[in-house]
Amino acid sequence: MSDMDLLFKALADPGRRKLLDLLHAENGQTLSELCEHMAMTRQGVTQHLALLEEANLVAVQWRGREKLHFLNPVPLQQIYDRWIAKFERGRLKALSKLKRKLEEERDE
Amino acid sequence: MSEGAAYVYVTYIRTTQEKLWAYLTTPEFTREYWFGCTAESDFRAGSSWKLIYPDGKLADSGEILEADPPRRLVIRWRNEWKPENKAEGYTRCTMELEAADGAIKLTITHALEKPLPRSLMIEAVSGGWPKVLSNLKSVLETGAPALGKPY
Repeated sequence: MSDMDLLFKALADPGRRKLLDLLHAENGQTLSELCEHMAMTRQGVTQHLALLEEANLVAVQWRGREKLHFLNPVPLQQIYDRWIAKFERGRLKALSKLKRKLEEERDE
Repeated sequence: MSEGAAYVYVTYIRTTQEKLWAYLTTPEFTREYWFGCTAESDFRAGSSWKLIYPDGKLADSGEILEADPPRRLVIRWRNEWKPENKAEGYTRCTMELEAADGAIKLTITHALEKPLPRSLMIEAVSGGWPKVLSNLKSVLETGAPALGKPY
């Protein structure tokens, strides 16, 4: 499966999106902290986290004996760069064109 | 959270560890993906480090705490132009490079030295790193950045 396939598969589940929302609200949580807000078994949460990690949406770091989970926004940024940023650029270009045109008219 | 505010960024880049290290530690190369910013340093432990905006203004400064090419780089890093961010003191940025399944895994951890749960500086870099890393990946894999400017 390609990186993008893994990414969209990981995002396709509401439970996994909720985990991302929880990390977005508070980054660097342990499994136990995340389980408190999830209506599913600890095992279920572990499996969802493994899929998120595989898609590189969650990065884990050990702090002593605690395993902390962090939301990794880099793959989401790549989606943005690929499909959205180019439209944004067009809009900026249109605005700067408009500005130039209006200023030219004023100079005349 | 057991310590201060922190973020972790991970990206997998299809390149070599040596080339990625060179892109992280060569001032002329940082401009290609860091929206024109130059990271000025000789990247040896104990050396000073500066991040300079394209117009020459000083963005951030600090020193290299650890340099173990091409594996690990630790920068002590402070904002220099926003008083409220500067007041939070230094942050620590750790860059780790490791081979992973035909690609190089780059992990960046950026944390405030003071154990504060919220940090303006860490919030600020959290918007910047994903863009910079996404661009770095594009430059190394395709030869061109995804974005010419930050938006």
